Amino acid sequence: MPEQKKTYRVLIGKPGLDGHDRGAKFIARALRDAGFEVVYTGIRRTPEEIAAAAVQEDVSAVGLSLLSGAHMSLFPAVVRALRNAGAGDIPVLGGGIIPDEDIGPLKDSGINAVYTPGTPVDKIIAAFRSACESQEAGRT
Amino acid sequence: MKSEHILKGLRDRDPRGIARAISLVEENDPLSDEILASLDDSLVDQAMVLGITGPPGAGKSTLTDRIITKYRSQGRRVGVIAVDPSSPISGGAILGDRIRMMGHALDHDVVVRSMATRGRLGGLCAAAGAAMRILAGSGCSVIIIETVGVGQSEMDIIRLADITSLVLAPGLGDDIQAMKAGLLEVADILIVNKADCAGAETLAMDMEAIAREGVRKEKVETKVCMTVASEGKGINELLAAIEAVDASHRESGERRIRREKAYDLEVLDWALELIKPSIIEKIGKWDHDRKGAPRLQAARLLAQE
Repeated sequence: MPEQKKTYRVLIGKPGLDGHDRGAKFIARALRDAGFEVVYTGIRRTPEEIAAAAVQEDVSAVGLSLLSGAHMSLFPAVVRALRNAGAGDIPVLGGGIIPDEDIGPLKDSGINAVYTPGTPVDKIIAAFRSACESQEAGRT
Repeated sequence: MKSEHILKGLRDRDPRGIARAISLVEENDPLSDEILASLDDSLVDQAMVLGITGPPGAGKSTLTDRIITKYRSQGRRVGVIAVDPSSPISGGAILGDRIRMMGHALDHDVVVRSMATRGRLGGLCAAAGAAMRILAGSGCSVIIIETVGVGQSEMDIIRLADITSLVLAPGLGDDIQAMKAGLLEVADILIVNKADCAGAETLAMDMEAIAREGVRKEKVETKVCMTVASEGKGINELLAAIEAVDASHRESGERRIRREKAYDLEVLDWALELIKPSIIEKIGKWDHDRKGAPRLQAARLLAQE
């Protein structure tokens, strides 16, 4: 008998004007193959739209992908939008073309983890899993 | 404490409360009964449940998006349950129907919930039915259930709907596919989407012929609508058709009959869903030699105390 395993729901989104979604789709597929239910919201969404979708879909984590260089304003904006929607407990993970020196400040602004090109996909999946686990553990 | 919080959120129509309630029921949480018992049954009775099904790429999500816009302009609160298949291998799923509906993301009166089939047969019908009740109970007077029309579980979900529409598009070889799945028999409205594409007229003519066949069998007439969802064309006519079918079903008692059938099916699905864990436990503990017909083993297993 296969053991009954918890199915985590996550959202993968692309905030802002960047239309390059190969990375986001790659991660979405990898998460699906690892047993996650992935709500994909497509390209060119505002932080508020992503936060509203995350709330309605009751996801345990949000993954953002950005290649345009606007991560310093858009990633924290999603964190703020989630807090404003009463969902500040949903962890936000970020990925894309992100200079090393930006990673620290992004984490300070509330981003749970940041991954850049070349990161093994297993590491990213593990990060989503542990982010989901701690989010669900803290649920009231 | 937890239940107070969720129930209050549900009463206040707080988006988070509604979303949490759906998840808890979907996961068979102990709170499910309390959540479902707290819903206003009269709201559930009044809501119109519209099923939208059809093959991948026919334009179901885009059409749903347009229908939402129309109902919102009438001031109605709209709920959407968008069902996508789970991967049979990993159990995961990509739920992408929302992409076409993101224009409504900031509208609190449009509640969209994506749902994966999670390999459940009847169970999905149960989960979707519960989600439908929660959405209706939180004030959605129109609920759209969108699902890919490729298999039996989708047919079961469509049974939850008061009105079923089948979306087809030219160039997909759809009429035969639809006939295979048996969807043409259950559809109240046949929608030929992408009506600006070559082959749409022929497809519509085929569908008209099928609709007339339905009349001969003394079934209520099936309506055929042509739409170009991406441009919003034909949506007013489609809504008029939906309203006409709804009115005639309410008058003839068809709506009540369908609701009663759907209710019984949901009870059956929940009964199976609730009994399943104990059976799985029995099989896990049972020291059986895995010989002989599984059906006979199953009968023996159920006879066991």
